[in-house]
Amino acid sequence: MSLLEVKGLVKRFGGLLATDNLDLTIKPGELHAIIGPNGAGKTTLISQLSGTLRPTEGSILLEGRDITRWPVHRRAALGLARSYQITSVFTEFTVIENVMLAVQARSGSSFSFWTNVHSDAALVEPARDILRQVGLLDVADVPVARIAHGGRRQLEIAMSLAMAPRLLLLDEPMAGMSHSESKEMVTLLRRLKGQYGILLVEHDMSAVFALADRITVLVYGKPIACGRPEEIRKDKAVRAAYLGEEEIAA
Amino acid sequence: MNTNMLSRMRLSNCVALVLIAAFAVAPLVAHGIGQPFYIVLISRIMIFAIAAIGVNLALGYVGMVSLGHALYIGIGAYAVAISLHSGLANGWAHLLIALAAGGVIAVPIGLVCLRTSGFGFVMITLAFSQMFFYLAVGLRQYGGDEGMPLPSRSAFFPLDAANATTFYYMAFFVLMLVLLLLHRLIHARFGMVIRGCKLNEARMRALGFSTLRHKLVAYVISAEICVLAGVLLANLTRFATPSYLEWIMSGDLVVMTVLGGAGTLIGPLVGATVWVVLEELLASFYIDLPWNLSEFIRSNWTAVLGIVIIVVTLTLKKGLYGFLVARDGGVR
Repeated sequence: MSLLEVKGLVKRFGGLLATDNLDLTIKPGELHAIIGPNGAGKTTLISQLSGTLRPTEGSILLEGRDITRWPVHRRAALGLARSYQITSVFTEFTVIENVMLAVQARSGSSFSFWTNVHSDAALVEPARDILRQVGLLDVADVPVARIAHGGRRQLEIAMSLAMAPRLLLLDEPMAGMSHSESKEMVTLLRRLKGQYGILLVEHDMSAVFALADRITVLVYGKPIACGRPEEIRKDKAVRAAYLGEEEIAA
Repeated sequence: MNTNMLSRMRLSNCVALVLIAAFAVAPLVAHGIGQPFYIVLISRIMIFAIAAIGVNLALGYVGMVSLGHALYIGIGAYAVAISLHSGLANGWAHLLIALAAGGVIAVPIGLVCLRTSGFGFVMITLAFSQMFFYLAVGLRQYGGDEGMPLPSRSAFFPLDAANATTFYYMAFFVLMLVLLLLHRLIHARFGMVIRGCKLNEARMRALGFSTLRHKLVAYVISAEICVLAGVLLANLTRFATPSYLEWIMSGDLVVMTVLGGAGTLIGPLVGATVWVVLEELLASFYIDLPWNLSEFIRSNWTAVLGIVIIVVTLTLKKGLYGFLVARDGGVR
């Protein structure tokens, strides 16, 4: 069974068709990239998958379960973890507190009024493990407000991992990163690949072609091609609609 | 830098400890200088502080600006008054009735109010408290708009609440209890969730939290703390009046919280102290000043208080105590 199955998804904003009859499947452990020019409806798609936007038509199935009408928090609890295009971490908390909060979302009740979270091993231990994975353990106790942009993007990923996800929705994880930060992120994503299903929206073409198992090309909300990276590279329609010759060569 | 931070950290903690110690010994001092009147005054400060701490839980930690928390002070006060008039003198029973009534009323009101946020929340909490204000005005058998005196204080067997000093320490105990509860709560799992909701609620939902449920529980706890303050206030003044439920009371509590520092543990206590002390000082201002200024201040003390609040909010944006906490690196 596929991990995620999207059938006939349509989203209209008034007269604008942001998602045009989109079908998409993601297999377990697959890294599936979505590319397309600005305004192709990539973030709109992610928002519909994570539940902040209601589709006009169509259905979304996660492991066979129809979640089309589920609220955001129930989808998240089922294992749909979204990282944001605009970094959306809790800047007043420390790095580890951010991750602990994500761990907490998946581990038991939050109606505990007495025990300090920092002495709650069920939160601290998993959070430290994940920080070690993404290479943020050194700054665990630093308030997020004081760490650099690249670190915050890594923290976004760490929080998604802490939710024990089945499917990661990564919305431009490399946006605004320096060259070396992007390289670190590619290394990190390569390590995560295979462990989780990943839907990656990214503008960095070298990263996409290096990482993706399959790529879907979206233009004006419509998928014009879907296939392995080498197939996409050769696809005439894709070349015409989106990719510049030099970008493919790169 | 580390030692520097440590010594500064002690500054806000020191202020907190000194303040609490001062409250602990105040009755002894008041008796010592032969001014037992101050015991009542400081009891009043502590009761407002308890209510402001309740407001702060909603306002400072969840980011819900409520202009309706006076409603819960009213519930506490009227629970005591009506029980006493029906011949029920047991203070513990009063406490139970008040908290039960508070819960029964806070849950549905919270559910409705939490459908909104921001200005909508301010307005709808205000509307609910005004509803109950007019309900209290309409209770003719319980004094209507004039309110009613209590035949006695609640009987908190084996404590003698009629004794001013005993009553003072009862209020002090409740204050300490509420502070301890809040201190534990904001650093526990529940506290992380509500503080996360204040910072970014959409993100909390994306993490998988049902934010409404947590905000509702926080709202009810904050309401119940105000109910406690109401029970104490009615006992202190031996009076229950609709003015306890008036929106002005809600507004005062918000101002006290912001003045002291919203989102800090001790801020509301500082705010309530400064508020009541200034109120007393200004309303009985007798210093020989030119142009009859003294008389002017006495009759317009609310205006002077307003100026103080404007100055504090403009210069110390995080409030008096919040400013210290921020200097100490945001340790709550």
